Amino acid sequence: MTEIFGVPLPALMGQLMLGLVNGSFYAILSLGLAVIFGMLNIINFAHGALYMMGAFFAWMGLTYFGIGYWWALLLVPLAVGVVGVAIERSMLRWLYQLDHLYGLLLTFGLALIIEGLFRDQYGASGLPYEIPEQLTGAFNLGFMFLPKYRAWVIAASLTVCFATWFLIEKTRLGAYLRAATENPRLTQAFGINVPLMVMLTYGFGVALAGFAGVLAAPAFQVNPLMGSHLIIVVFAVVVIGGMGSILGSILTGLALGVIEGLTKVFYPEVSATVVFIIMVAVLMIRPRGLFGKEK
Amino acid sequence: MDARTESLRIAGLHAFYGESHILHGMDIVVHRGECVSLLGRNGAGRTTTLRAILGLTGKRSGSIMLNGRETIGLAPHRIARLGVGYCPEERGIYASLSCEENLLLPPQVDSGGMSVDEIYAMFPNLKERRHSQGTRLSGGEQQMLAMARILRTGARLLLLDEISEGLAPVIVQRLGEVIRHLKAKGYTILLVEQNFRFAAPLADRMYVIEHGRAVAEIAQHELEEKREFLQEFLGV
Repeated sequence: MTEIFGVPLPALMGQLMLGLVNGSFYAILSLGLAVIFGMLNIINFAHGALYMMGAFFAWMGLTYFGIGYWWALLLVPLAVGVVGVAIERSMLRWLYQLDHLYGLLLTFGLALIIEGLFRDQYGASGLPYEIPEQLTGAFNLGFMFLPKYRAWVIAASLTVCFATWFLIEKTRLGAYLRAATENPRLTQAFGINVPLMVMLTYGFGVALAGFAGVLAAPAFQVNPLMGSHLIIVVFAVVVIGGMGSILGSILTGLALGVIEGLTKVFYPEVSATVVFIIMVAVLMIRPRGLFGKEK
Repeated sequence: MDARTESLRIAGLHAFYGESHILHGMDIVVHRGECVSLLGRNGAGRTTTLRAILGLTGKRSGSIMLNGRETIGLAPHRIARLGVGYCPEERGIYASLSCEENLLLPPQVDSGGMSVDEIYAMFPNLKERRHSQGTRLSGGEQQMLAMARILRTGARLLLLDEISEGLAPVIVQRLGEVIRHLKAKGYTILLVEQNFRFAAPLADRMYVIEHGRAVAEIAQHELEEKREFLQEFLGV
């Protein structure tokens, strides 16, 4: 059997794929955080809770209403987006004139409340969500078996990430968004409804988290704590990538997923902390992050 | 002239930035097709007047009528949609947008704006540099861009803040030609200028601003006889 540095190739490739799957989640979540931070100047600590809400909405849709995975993939992000819009209108918009810290505290509190509600209702042990029929099984690539669902998660999240990048960097709407991020007052003085864009941006950012939650439901268990476990790593990813860059947050997310996966093969003892070790190193050399701009 | 020909009427306007009270009962009228200049020392409240028209200051009170419509309670994007184009003192070119994206950013607020081709004919440099990042343009090009992008929108009232500041004489001259051209096309222009020599020949009327209110009004034909007063007042 082929070995690389004493590790069998299938084991290595397996961890690489798993790293890419995790990296896909990091990418899509840190992308949402970056978009929200750019526009609202708020560090959205509720992001993990809204990701968890996405997974639960998918489970609830299936269990109570018979809404399957594919419909959930479309409807749940919309529902989470609506929750986001309600949060923005009722709470966040009062904080824009204040320091970042207030937004962070408010969204952190929201995260605890949302998690608490789901924990109270569904317990902390986790609920199963079946992989949809079309995505069960695996591809035989010759050197390894690739579970179809993992391949799907990577493909779907990359598609969504790059579509988001395209929307922001290459379209008219994206130009409005970039302008409003850079100079909201002047942009509004040109006749663009910036408060509306801010609201929709938050809705869109958390809809991405909801989408990730649906993708995660069959891959992991649906658990009220799934968001808070993940979000700590995602914040480290954001710090490493730098807050300012869309493409940066996508690439950093994927790369760190892969690095984490490979660490599990070569030096499993630090696999849970490697992201934070990298974060410390990056902060020492480049405090604004790898792709971040001065702000 | 009566109210039907008024593009802008500001009456008893007070405006604040946080706690500081900048405008103390400003009264100004600009008729359609007129070019009016606000003169005054730095800090007199000229830039604040323009920003207050658009709702970009803090608290405002008093009255700002645009084409006979009260706008004091409107949000900035609604005011702009009534046909106001703003060229800010710091030019406000976006670094995250290309030259052409900057040009195309302000939405159409009325029909009758210039086409992109007309604008590129007027400012050929902008066509050459349309794919460059907005803030990579030279100071003169950025000023041209800041002017050009409000001509596309169909706005008929242009608020121009210190457009000649810091530019080479040849570019200032070019801007003067542009403004004459705009006047000929019937645009209404409210010009804030430190550069008296630039503003004086362009303006049909001038207001002298001091301590947040208009203290004198001078028509073009009175310029000669009031020259001494202005020299003393503005130090020009």
